[in-house]
Amino acid sequence: MSDTTIPVTPARTRSPWRSRLSRWDQKGSPYAFVSPFFILFGIFGAFPLLYTFWVSLHAWPLLGEHSFTGLDNYQKLLQDPQFWNAAKNTLGIFVVSTVPQFTLALWLAVTLNRKIRARTLFRIGVIIPNVTSVAAVTLIFGMIFAKGFGLVNWMLGWVGVAAIDWTAHTWSSWLAISFMVDWRWTGYNALIFLAAMQAIPGDLYEAAAIDGASRTRQFWSVTLPLLRPTLIFTTITSIIGGVQLFTEPLLFAPGAGAIQGGTLRQFQTLTMYLIENGFTRFEFGYAGAVAAMIFLLVLIISLINIWLVRRISGAD
Amino acid sequence: MSPSLRGARQFVAVAAVAGLALTMAACGSDEGDSGSDEQITLKVSTFGTFGYDALYKEYEASHPNVKIVESNEGDLGKYTNALTQRIAAGSGAGDVVAIEEGAIIQFLQAPDKFVNFQDEGFNDIKDNWLEWKNVQATTADGKATIGLGTDVGGLAMCYRTDLFKAAGLPTDREEVSKLWPTWDDYIATGEKFLKGAKGDTKFVDSATNTYNSILMQYAGEAPGYTYFDQSNNLTFDSNPAVKNAWDTTNKVLAAGLSANLKSFTTEWNAAFKQDKFATIACPAWMTANIKGQAGADGEGKWDIATIPGGSGSWGGSFLAVPTQSKHQEAAVELAKFLSSPEGQMSAFDEAGNLPSSPKNFENPALADFKNEYFSDAPVAEIFVEGAKNLKPVFLGAKNQAVRDAIENDLRSVEQGQRSSDEGWQQAIKSAKAAAGV
Repeated sequence: MSDTTIPVTPARTRSPWRSRLSRWDQKGSPYAFVSPFFILFGIFGAFPLLYTFWVSLHAWPLLGEHSFTGLDNYQKLLQDPQFWNAAKNTLGIFVVSTVPQFTLALWLAVTLNRKIRARTLFRIGVIIPNVTSVAAVTLIFGMIFAKGFGLVNWMLGWVGVAAIDWTAHTWSSWLAISFMVDWRWTGYNALIFLAAMQAIPGDLYEAAAIDGASRTRQFWSVTLPLLRPTLIFTTITSIIGGVQLFTEPLLFAPGAGAIQGGTLRQFQTLTMYLIENGFTRFEFGYAGAVAAMIFLLVLIISLINIWLVRRISGAD
Repeated sequence: MSPSLRGARQFVAVAAVAGLALTMAACGSDEGDSGSDEQITLKVSTFGTFGYDALYKEYEASHPNVKIVESNEGDLGKYTNALTQRIAAGSGAGDVVAIEEGAIIQFLQAPDKFVNFQDEGFNDIKDNWLEWKNVQATTADGKATIGLGTDVGGLAMCYRTDLFKAAGLPTDREEVSKLWPTWDDYIATGEKFLKGAKGDTKFVDSATNTYNSILMQYAGEAPGYTYFDQSNNLTFDSNPAVKNAWDTTNKVLAAGLSANLKSFTTEWNAAFKQDKFATIACPAWMTANIKGQAGADGEGKWDIATIPGGSGSWGGSFLAVPTQSKHQEAAVELAKFLSSPEGQMSAFDEAGNLPSSPKNFENPALADFKNEYFSDAPVAEIFVEGAKNLKPVFLGAKNQAVRDAIENDLRSVEQGQRSSDEGWQQAIKSAKAAAGV
């Protein structure tokens, strides 16, 4: 912040020194203003990223000697069934949670976009689940889906369905975890969709209405195509969030060994596997390799998205 | 430059200065090194319940220059992870830290990170602890002792007298102990219990609690280690003690005795109040847990009998002083004070943790103590006899990781997701993955 003390009174008669200062100011200031982000990113983003990669090239127990092993950790990782299991779970839970989430969010956005009573109240309402603590939410959902005294099993009992051990099966655990994710993120996405919908010019709808298009028809032919960029944006943020899914599955079956995500590892996600290697097995080198693979996964999926965006805008 | 931009620039400058000031304040809060009369603060890190409040007051009264601050964490796994990271990072750990039996072996891998009590007069006072307790906190070459024993987890079997009565079983603790000299007898008793029991009450809470107790018993008899031998080689599928413990536990499961609860979860906690099970393997520290979960309603309903298969121990802790402490001398003195026979007695009075000092075993305050909550059970008589004759069980550096992994596989059998044999095959794989071989 060396230039913050420079006086910048617009002078009528400028000395060369002053004008030079002013030129530096004009050129340098923008960089100075954006620099805090890049400095912070360097310290808290780039450095840990590179350091993690460096660690992943070592046998690195937390207490004890470190030794350089090159790509050994990666080779081991590619043949590690527990890693692929975690990758499968992560992508599976992502799909199971995102499809209903987006459908519901779109429906909510369309509803909130209409002239209904207490609209602002409802709009605030849908975001409330997102601001509650994820740990608290998960603990409560954990009780709702509990085997012995859970609310869901109790209600299923009314219609004669036997109690389901939600944590014990793949399908039921994925479903329960998806519920938790959706509860938090549906309203958030609905508000983003709503904002995008309000940016759509009203005369498009008027024109469509004059042409005799029904509400449903208007949604499919006007709203949805114009929402496409927003949909792509929310998909990318959901992918990043989905690949990093951690708290919900971790707290779904708490207690000893929670990090393994169920007795058959049926809901252990990639980040849980990362933490298991780092902080249960204390193998930081191997955990670093898992982290690098997660990074790679996000990168690949994001690239696919960018490609999709280009294709779609090209088609337009 | 527009006025608004100038405002923004001033804001950035102020924010930068404020941030810098905060950082410096955070760095500057540490006190300097301790002179003998200088005011110092000793940080003690514990997990669970150690029962040291009275001892802190007493120590502060006799050491006016010392202030003690305790930080406590309920979850042992979380505590151990945080401690491991701080020890590895070289800062942030307390001056005196509690370490659990299963975790101390991992810290023995890096003895230089802790004060060696042998340099601090440990050899003159080592009779203060059971011999096997000292062995657990000493490196394999015998050169460094990094922990002073606190409590031991002598094994017993806690049971519900009211449920036993309802099922037509005897309720007196002597007679109940006679029901199950061996684990096979215990299973037979369980089958009898199920025939007489009402509702969905099962005999035992979970596979894992039972398994861990049995494993520590079998390993204590021979060969003296569980998942790793003394050279830290994984012995999971070659150690008969492990396989026998697995098989015995699976017999319990096959007989349908388990309530299939996952230990230390909300459902498990709730089950204490809901009559879901009648017995639970009971290291000394578990009694405090039962009392906490079953609450006032459970008072007088519980009693303590001996554990099938003879003596055993599960759990128990140590106090250590990390070398990163700025007040090592004072911290060592405090650790010695807290873990002294008198200190252990005080902790027993406050929290019921069974002392690891044989000097306390004859102490009438312990020997004659009856636990009201557990139908006036003579706690010392039941737990101490077991603890006295124990041989140390060696737990490898990655004991916790392997234990977590195979407990999960055991639960998969318990929940009917795998057969006992499939579970065992999977456990071998899990153990290898967790041990990194």
